[in-house]
Amino acid sequence: MKPAPFTYMRPENLDETVATLSQHGADARLLAGGQSLMAMLNLRLVEPSVIVDISRMPELNAIKLRNGMIEIGASVTQSELLAWPELEAQAPFIAKALPWVGHFQTRNRGTVCGSLAHADPSSELPLALALLEGEVVLRSTSGTRVLKAQDFQSGMLQTARADDEIITAVRFPAGAGARGRAFREVARRHGDFAIVAVGVIARDDGTLRIGIGGVADTPQCIEMNADAGPDEVKDRIEHLAWQLGGFDDIHASARFRRDLVRRLTPALIKEVRACAV
Amino acid sequence: MSDLGSSAELHDKRTALDDSAPTSNESAGYLGRSVQRREDAALLMGAGRYADDMARPAGTLHAAIVRSPVAHAIIKSIDASRALDLPGVHAVLTGEDIKEISDPFLTVLKEPKLHQWSLAVDCVRFSGEAVALVVADDRYIAEDGADLVDVEYDQLPVVTDPLKAANVDAPVLHPEAETNEVSVREFSYGEPDEAFAKAAHSVSIDVEYPRNSFTPMECFVVVADYNRGDESFDVLANFQGPYSVHPVMAKSLRVPGSKLRLRVPADSGGSFGIKLSVFPYIVLMALASRQCGRPVSWVEDRLEHLQSANSCPHRFTKVEAAVEEDGRVTALRLENLEDYGAYLRAPMPGPLYRMHGATTGAYDIRNLAITNRVVLTNRMPAALVRGFGGPQLYLALERLMQRIAVELDLDPLDVIRKNLIPAGAFPYRTAAGALYDSGDYQRAIEEAMADGHLEDLRKRRDVARKEGRIYGIGFAAVVEPGMSNMGYLSTIVPKEMRERQGPKNGAVSMATVNVDAVGTVSVTADVTVQGQGHATVLSQIVADQLGLHPDTINVNLELDTQKDPWSIAAGTYSCRFSPGTAVAAHLGAQKIRRKVGRLAARLLNTLPEDIDFGDGRVFSKTNPDNGMPFERVAGTVHWSPVLVPEEDEPSLSETGVWSPQELEPPNSKDEINTSLTYGFVFDACGIEIDPVSMQVRIDRYISMHDAGKLLNPLLAEGQLHGAFVQGLASALYEEIVYDDNGALQTGTFAEYLVPTACEVPEIEFMHIETPSPFTPLGAKGLAEGNCMSTPVCIANAVADALSVKDVQLPITPEWLNATIEGEEPAPPEGSEQPQPKESEEPVSGSGISGDGSVLVKADPAAIWRSLLDPQSLKKIIPGCHSVEAVTPEHFKAEVSLGVGPIKGRFTADVKLSDLDSERSARLSGTLSGPLGKANGSGRVNLTPQDDGTLISYTYAVDVAGKVASVGGRMIKRAAQVVISQFFERLSRIAAGDTPKATEGNTDSKSKGFMAFLRRLFGGAQ
Amino acid sequence: MRGVTSEDPVPVTIELNGRRRSGRATARTLLTDFLRSELGATGTHVGCEHGVCGACTVRIDGVAQRGCLTLAIQADGRKVDTVEGLSDRKDALTVLQQALHRNHALQCGYCTPGILMSFSDFLAHNPNPDEQEIREVLGGHICRCTGYAGLMKALIEAASEMRGEPPQISDSELAT
Repeated sequence: MKPAPFTYMRPENLDETVATLSQHGADARLLAGGQSLMAMLNLRLVEPSVIVDISRMPELNAIKLRNGMIEIGASVTQSELLAWPELEAQAPFIAKALPWVGHFQTRNRGTVCGSLAHADPSSELPLALALLEGEVVLRSTSGTRVLKAQDFQSGMLQTARADDEIITAVRFPAGAGARGRAFREVARRHGDFAIVAVGVIARDDGTLRIGIGGVADTPQCIEMNADAGPDEVKDRIEHLAWQLGGFDDIHASARFRRDLVRRLTPALIKEVRACAV
Repeated sequence: MSDLGSSAELHDKRTALDDSAPTSNESAGYLGRSVQRREDAALLMGAGRYADDMARPAGTLHAAIVRSPVAHAIIKSIDASRALDLPGVHAVLTGEDIKEISDPFLTVLKEPKLHQWSLAVDCVRFSGEAVALVVADDRYIAEDGADLVDVEYDQLPVVTDPLKAANVDAPVLHPEAETNEVSVREFSYGEPDEAFAKAAHSVSIDVEYPRNSFTPMECFVVVADYNRGDESFDVLANFQGPYSVHPVMAKSLRVPGSKLRLRVPADSGGSFGIKLSVFPYIVLMALASRQCGRPVSWVEDRLEHLQSANSCPHRFTKVEAAVEEDGRVTALRLENLEDYGAYLRAPMPGPLYRMHGATTGAYDIRNLAITNRVVLTNRMPAALVRGFGGPQLYLALERLMQRIAVELDLDPLDVIRKNLIPAGAFPYRTAAGALYDSGDYQRAIEEAMADGHLEDLRKRRDVARKEGRIYGIGFAAVVEPGMSNMGYLSTIVPKEMRERQGPKNGAVSMATVNVDAVGTVSVTADVTVQGQGHATVLSQIVADQLGLHPDTINVNLELDTQKDPWSIAAGTYSCRFSPGTAVAAHLGAQKIRRKVGRLAARLLNTLPEDIDFGDGRVFSKTNPDNGMPFERVAGTVHWSPVLVPEEDEPSLSETGVWSPQELEPPNSKDEINTSLTYGFVFDACGIEIDPVSMQVRIDRYISMHDAGKLLNPLLAEGQLHGAFVQGLASALYEEIVYDDNGALQTGTFAEYLVPTACEVPEIEFMHIETPSPFTPLGAKGLAEGNCMSTPVCIANAVADALSVKDVQLPITPEWLNATIEGEEPAPPEGSEQPQPKESEEPVSGSGISGDGSVLVKADPAAIWRSLLDPQSLKKIIPGCHSVEAVTPEHFKAEVSLGVGPIKGRFTADVKLSDLDSERSARLSGTLSGPLGKANGSGRVNLTPQDDGTLISYTYAVDVAGKVASVGGRMIKRAAQVVISQFFERLSRIAAGDTPKATEGNTDSKSKGFMAFLRRLFGGAQ
Repeated sequence: MRGVTSEDPVPVTIELNGRRRSGRATARTLLTDFLRSELGATGTHVGCEHGVCGACTVRIDGVAQRGCLTLAIQADGRKVDTVEGLSDRKDALTVLQQALHRNHALQCGYCTPGILMSFSDFLAHNPNPDEQEIREVLGGHICRCTGYAGLMKALIEAASEMRGEPPQISDSELAT
């Protein structure tokens, strides 16, 4: 389990980074925290010819509050975000979900943006991006573009990021979930990938937004009125459970996943309603 | 501290270590006390000496192994030329080479012949089997080279289900054996048929113990160095024994045993039975060293370990009891069918016979019938895993006891109690011939359930059930063998054959005590270190005999077959240390003690009977002032041999040899005393099932042990905790999973679920001590008991919680959900998923199949031309680099395929058949590359429509190899994406369009995924 | 911009346990292999090479992380702390090491260095962890021998002792 040969590049800044990406395109792979990429390299599941290391780039290592958004730079680790003093106040849902990402040791290195770039549908951060309707900032030699969550996450392990683009930051609406939020996931072991992860937030407009990870190819969200009656809730969730698709793997069948959606979602809605009062 | 017997008085019962903490009484012996580990300091400072830490001989090369991606195939060809062309690669060995320069391994069964070499010869029989060895300057280059070895396989049908392996239509793994059922033996003790005929009730249950493995944290390491001078092999490896395998290796290497020097380093990162299975690699690296003329080092990686190190056997048991009205069992009948995977490596099928004498467990049952069947399947070979036959036996036996209680409406604990061997009956000869040394099972259970423990468990269950929670109680009573009789495996052959072969029995242990010229003591022994703390215990034993402090005694447990005394029983396995090697050390130290005592008597002018040892001195008992330092007496032996009494040789190096007489060979009635000591474990637990997550939560777990005298309670406690968590893992988490095609699904620690601290509950251990009368120290084995008792105790609790008969191990949330929830209600109107039509293609293995259709604005003739034209195909096949037409209907292509970031280069070999021009065709072919191998077939139908042609297709794909092991669904996903892309592109080409350049356009409704990556924390870029 | 290939080794210099150490690495050399083979620091162990087992955990610039998921070249110019740096004498073990010894929290010792490195970081920044927090950090490691019981006890004790609470009395006075 040793990586296949590659050339290692460590650009000094963003301009050099996008220039490098522009030169190597699909043959290059960005390395930030490496908590997925390095394992895939060791297993030789990926064999890029160029590794572009952005883990030390100072200009990408900031958490900023601006225009009602929290902006998290590409080399900010999950631990750094967890330790951000404003987290609970500005991003209460993320504060709840982030401790479920991997383990202490992997959060110390794994980045927030890297998790989004990896686009694992059962990961907590892609679910947070979808649920909170965040956006992703992409940059290439031809400029910067900003994609909404639903435009960014295109499939399992797949995003709308072009080969010559780098995610420079992710933005979440500040205060999303302040009116009420709940998160829970079921996994075989603590720190494992979720078989199903569910997040619910209460929004200012009196609706609940519900996000489900681990079932479809990307995290999927629905909305309902905060005062929806029990029959409506049950009905919506039943439809949702089937619509998500879901698949069998060695840890859980599609059917178990549907059952988890059926059981977890109402419980979380209840929790959000309780704290939203 | 002269008298060991009085030195180690312990409380009979311990619930916490503090109870046994000795006072600082220098006159007390060290044995039996919680002496802290001498091993720790080095390990805590990073100064361990594990195999991969050791300096390599100059010029050492590094090896990587090419492994089979498929479970059963003829090796058509191996082309190593590309690998050999790679700078830094020195050699590539294949089965052809190995066959010429070595012999197949000896096996326990002489018939049928089941040839196995250190590399696959002619045929591969499990996914992950070693096919070729690449030797290079470093491991990185060796792996590069391994990826460049081109192996062509001709796939054969696969059998992975042990229950089907013996069927007449099952593919046979070893044609020379003509069957996969390589051994069948029937045994009868007492009058089982009569007992069943007379019995008031007959209760039976079928159980299945799955494949798992306790995967040590350190993988296998071998460094082999061939010496041309004396034509010998010097090998350093983290082998664990038994050394009965040493002759197997030497024979295979075609050298006398003395020419295979096997050295085991000072530290080993765990073993749990698994590191027996390093032996084929010892042979392989030894051969590679000779071929290369350089030392060769190989360090197994985790993927290799999980693919092919070893697993426990997969056992199916139907067990039946003849039962009286009151729950008393008068007879047992067991039908065992045990799967050992692709090869029967020595000393397999040990697990099926290791417990043979103890088949009736803790119960006084005189009538017993056993049928043992051994089958082979296309899965990794089974071998030693801690528990070694015990977990499998007790799953059957203790589930049966619970069922008897349910079916006869009795209390489960009462059924256990009613059948226990009476306390006064020891030593007790079981129906199948085991001689249980000591025990008081009634007292053990009584004490375990005292202080309101039983009432507490029942109260917890009552309260939980009243609140609608799912709660159950389980019990298990287990007899735990220690120190195996090396002759037990000969029970597998009929007595006539045994008589011809000569008796096999015994288990010789050896330990050597050396005293140097300045009186410092060092100890060596025939165990292999794995973390148990043997050095600490040996220092306690020797310190007690020689009146020294344990700290002053050096213990070196490296083992060297050319320099250390060893027997075929040497090694660390089957709880052999406490009843075996510890005794040998005790005997060796006694020899020194007596010899030093005789010399001291002469020097002190007294009688040997008057000599005592203590505080580093040797002195007269009657006049303690008349004495001298131990070192002075010892020095005298070295410096003044003339002073040594005539009856003694002037040396202070004594080997204690322990060969207990109770370990007799099997007799003509197939009775066999399979082990020397028999401890007892009684477990009781309460569990609750979370109705949301469907996880089992251990609410309370009590485990009572009688392991005779505890040599070091601190270390004993450590062994118990470790075994408990492995038992818990077997019950709830760990399973080695294959698909029906023999593709391994659990190739990483993301798929093979080892419990972490977060999954582990509190456990309460208790002890009683009934010392073994058969060993001078009274100690029995204790490190495997919970591996045997915990899986079935939890299974019994789950059976109780759910009122079900069949409990599947491991007890997964998936299984619990299906069991508890029953049939899923139909989807509501309007939300039904599109269900794929039944594919007409055969689906096996990974079960990837599907169908689809696409409407193309082109006529069937244009589409047909595109399908048969290499240049069009190159544009149509996603990621295609080149296409070559072998015949008009046979193409070879180089393609890069994958999903998301994961891409691999494959060679595609595609054939078209059943051609019905412009209407339909069948496609079949393979993809091969370093990531794995896929076989697929499909059918394409073209139907003319008004505005073009409807292309409809069905397909089925099987995936094997690395990519299946680390997440089969990744390639499942890739297959779906690639196939949909293929037809999308076909439609474009046929319609005259240019296909899109990227292949990232995927059907978001496709299902499947790569669990491995999902496990990796949704990590980073 | 720094560029390194997999063919040509380049010098890599790290501050290993407070001392400047240099060796050679190619682009793909893993930090674990660099530490063990190039610098001879074999205390860091390799258990899975895919980031799950935690045996290879080291501190880079003080932060505990997986050595097997790090390229040697990435550590160039940085501080790397490994188990060898905790103490160099048997009679000068750290509070954490002593607690593991006292509570029989290791058997084969293979996973131990990684656990020590995780907790030498975690406890330094979280002096008042509750049991669940300790369990979760320990959850980032696989230990096959001990069943974690001794480890949990040791880590709880070490945290309290590092806070300045009185040290625990050994179960045995025969500590060696």
